[in-house]
Amino acid sequence: MIDPITVSNISVSYDGNEVVKDVSFSFGSGSLIGVLGPNGAGKSTLMKAMLGLIHKDQGDVKIGSKTVDSMRKQIAYVPQRSNIDWNFPIIVKDTVLLGTYPKIGLLRRPRKADKEWAMECLKQVGMEGFANRQIGELSGGQQQRVFLARALAQKADYFFLDEPFVGIDVSSEEIIIGILREMREAGKVIFVVHHDLSKVKKYFDGLVLINKELIDAGPTSKVFQSDNMAKAYNREFMIDGLEVSM
Amino acid sequence: MEFIQDLMTYGFLQKALITSIMVGIICGVIGSFIVLRGMALMGDAISHAVLPGVAISYMLGISYFYGAVFTGVLTAFSIGAISQNSRIKNDSSIGIVFSAFFALGIILITQAKSATDLTQILFGNVLSVRSSDMWLTLIIGAIVILVVVLFFKELLVSSFDETMAAAYGLKTRLIHYAIMFLLTLVTVASLQTVGVILVVSLLITPASTAYLLTNRLSIMVVLAAFFGAVSSITGLYFSFLYNMPSGPVIALAATAIFVLAFLFSPKQGLVVGMFRKKFKRKSMTGATE
Repeated sequence: MIDPITVSNISVSYDGNEVVKDVSFSFGSGSLIGVLGPNGAGKSTLMKAMLGLIHKDQGDVKIGSKTVDSMRKQIAYVPQRSNIDWNFPIIVKDTVLLGTYPKIGLLRRPRKADKEWAMECLKQVGMEGFANRQIGELSGGQQQRVFLARALAQKADYFFLDEPFVGIDVSSEEIIIGILREMREAGKVIFVVHHDLSKVKKYFDGLVLINKELIDAGPTSKVFQSDNMAKAYNREFMIDGLEVSM
Repeated sequence: MEFIQDLMTYGFLQKALITSIMVGIICGVIGSFIVLRGMALMGDAISHAVLPGVAISYMLGISYFYGAVFTGVLTAFSIGAISQNSRIKNDSSIGIVFSAFFALGIILITQAKSATDLTQILFGNVLSVRSSDMWLTLIIGAIVILVVVLFFKELLVSSFDETMAAAYGLKTRLIHYAIMFLLTLVTVASLQTVGVILVVSLLITPASTAYLLTNRLSIMVVLAAFFGAVSSITGLYFSFLYNMPSGPVIALAATAIFVLAFLFSPKQGLVVGMFRKKFKRKSMTGATE
């Protein structure tokens, strides 16, 4: 069992505008959590603030009783695809190998065992046939699978994925959600920034629903209710006309 | 051939050659990271901004190394301070800071020394390299290569995916300033060979050429170093035989290599790309017939 992650009263502002307001929640071992909200709700910002990558106006994040800074080697982060330079001179297997760097530490090189482990992770996402391709030659779904393989290579306990399902093919999505579920069964804690409402119930057992401020957080069955959703999405939600109060 | 004989004969030419090669190598190595991190403008800025440091060093009668490193680092911090603490975008703050430093440098140099010195600093004069310059370049080269070899992993991951690197605990801000510091060292080492104005050519062009030719960072760095060295040897050759300023010749040599890669690179080249398209069309029409 790994320690729960607890977020207390996080606020973030950009140029004086509060984009995340006083958000708190907590999730324990074996959770697959969707971070949900409309465009501009501060989902990615919240995730970056949880990881201490951007300045917080207030609040803190604890893993058990420890700070995030002392637990960094247990944290794997997968950025939005749009934040990556896909022309970078790096091939698929070396991209996955980056995942072994945190535990290799300074002044040491990846060894044979690290390279084998990276290949192992690449096999898990079904991308071993593309090991020597430059990453820009892959489709969106393949790229996302390679980055998931890199996260797996980190052997972390806490995973943060920013919009992994945007612009990818159905089979890649199935492979990725399958691996995320396996990770949950293994007791990991996984946060996924997500905005496609149709699959929320299928994918996540916990939700953090925000629209700058926290609307609700907890088990999906409790959070994914029409009153909550209307509150988060205002009119946008009504236009979508999604049935959520089943 | 004659050039090689002269190389054997003249000590100053040997020093110039060794310095040129080292400058070409380290510019290619650091340039690779500058190119990949989208910091080409920053490279230009730092190289111009060492000028007031050089001038002040002349006035104080100390090695130009100290002054240049000081103003180089000051520039990197000033640019960071402006873009992080105001709404001014990064490229604008680079423009503001480096033009100010460069202007100050020109005024100081013209006050301190004659105009010939200014030309040498601005455009390089590889034949005037002294022993102390050569040793400074070799020491800086050793430092740069050692740092890049030892921290290659960290440089790779932070250049490719800075957020992931920061998430697992790398000090990405520190890495940024370390690269700025190395860049300043490289600029100082290049002063005699290419001159302040054209250092950016040796930083950006060989690295960009290498970028067109490979899909691996390690190979890119080695290729960039090689192209850098070839360019600066060419500069020395023309400077010695035809009495041309070394900096501009180096810049043009680097550009010539780039143009070749741009046209003929097997992966990215324009010409190869055109042939491939043609061939594809032919084979497609062949298939339908």
